[in-house]
Amino acid sequence: MKKVITTAFISESEVTPKEIYLRRREFLQLGAASLVASTGLLPTWALANTQEKLSYKANPQFFTQEKLTSYKDITSYNNFYEFGTDKSDPAQHAHTLKTRPWTISIEGLVKKPKVLDIDQLLKLAPMEERIYRLRCVEGWSMVIPWIGYSLSQLIKSCDVLGSAKYIEFTSLADSKQMPYVNTSILKWPYTEGLRLDEAMHPLTLLTFGLYGEILPKQNGAPVRVTVPWKYGFKSAKSIVKIRFTDQQPQTSWNLVAPNEYGFYSNVNPKVDHPRWSQATERRIGSENGLFTPKIKTLAFNGYEQQVSSLYAGMDLQKYY
Amino acid sequence: MLAWIYKSTTKYHRYALIFIGLLPLERLFYLGLQDQLSANPIEFITRSTGTWALVFLCLTLSITPLIKITGLANLITYRRILGLYVFFYACLHFLIWFLLDQNLELEAMVKDVLKRPFITMGFLSFTLLLPLAITSNRLSMHLLKRRWTQLHRLIYLISMTVLLHYFWHKGGKHDYFTVSIYAAIVLSLLLFRVWWAIKSFIKRNTQIIS
Repeated sequence: MKKVITTAFISESEVTPKEIYLRRREFLQLGAASLVASTGLLPTWALANTQEKLSYKANPQFFTQEKLTSYKDITSYNNFYEFGTDKSDPAQHAHTLKTRPWTISIEGLVKKPKVLDIDQLLKLAPMEERIYRLRCVEGWSMVIPWIGYSLSQLIKSCDVLGSAKYIEFTSLADSKQMPYVNTSILKWPYTEGLRLDEAMHPLTLLTFGLYGEILPKQNGAPVRVTVPWKYGFKSAKSIVKIRFTDQQPQTSWNLVAPNEYGFYSNVNPKVDHPRWSQATERRIGSENGLFTPKIKTLAFNGYEQQVSSLYAGMDLQKYY
Repeated sequence: MLAWIYKSTTKYHRYALIFIGLLPLERLFYLGLQDQLSANPIEFITRSTGTWALVFLCLTLSITPLIKITGLANLITYRRILGLYVFFYACLHFLIWFLLDQNLELEAMVKDVLKRPFITMGFLSFTLLLPLAITSNRLSMHLLKRRWTQLHRLIYLISMTVLLHYFWHKGGKHDYFTVSIYAAIVLSLLLFRVWWAIKSFIKRNTQIIS
């Protein structure tokens, strides 16, 4: 990929409070320091903040005052079962993922199926930085500055037929690059899905980067979705196929444990996971370390105002 | 000769074992100081202490088979230390969960114990360990006599509740690899006892006949 020089349309300082800016500097220094100090527990590239830069502007509409989770935590604590089930596995094993060449095949209920190259996708719409909360179904959360554009931009360019009601995402499943797709933990390839109106919602982000740079491999490079009001596993990583359907797609986690992982999986403090409560969450990287109490989980992960109308009249206890 | 050296140094072996048993905890302190308890330190120390309680349980259960195989009756002196380390790490595991995960809220804790089978099993295991830990001394052995042996057979039940606790914890993710290894170890240690009992029963009976 060509190196792209950041060309913000409006100065970033107009939309980003200065303290956030300063924190980024701090984090850059921290990144360098931890590189020096790292004692070989993680390979250096897992901590190196040297990914290619992306050109973007911050979108002030999608912003939160909360403290950003550090780059180190975001890139070393991951669920990406194609590379192992431990949180530290993806950072250690994902280097085998080949993100170039990369294509997404658009299939199903569209006028004309097509194959889009990653370079086409990167240019399809202007990149925005959006700071989203990420709430994992396991009870932890982060605050991540993603880069991408609304998935709706891509969907609009696909000539989707009127009969389409759902969208299905398929992640790469190549055992040569992904050691764990030979195991039976999940049904591979990883598939996820959304209702079409959920996919069209402006919050749903087709994501190419974080912290100003292209996505690290362990975070789902080169392209993933981010659906901030749903539990993290709904946000499929390393997508190779997008299919439009008239029937609710089968999703990997739902197939494994339908009573634990529903199709909707909206963040909901009132609906417990069978094995733990979802009322609270642990924010990763809290300053007080071990003694930081958990925080209250918000309905729709705090995006209730924006998305609750999608579910008007639905029994969310039933459609968990 | 070897047996004699072994016997005469048993006291030092015990001190060494007490020291070794503390290493997993020291490791956690060390990692904590190095800021290497992962991005989710509470999960890390909860799982680590739980795993080590299980490791010490396996070691405790392996003493009897070892004595039967090697004939080194003195090994029995290590069993109490190992057993108390099961309790020590189970305590830490429980306290971390109660203090840091449940924020010391008794009501939330009770609710969780009742509602979630894997926590029920964990809590039950911890509760069952309590009387064993309390009676792990000569005085109790003396006072309880035969009852002491009966009471301490609870460890077999605890082995089962602990395995269920671990299995159900991993249930939803179908990630049974590690827990299966521990289950295989615990079950073979228990099966050894059954096998040994049958063997000595047959031996006794054939002796009577001949």
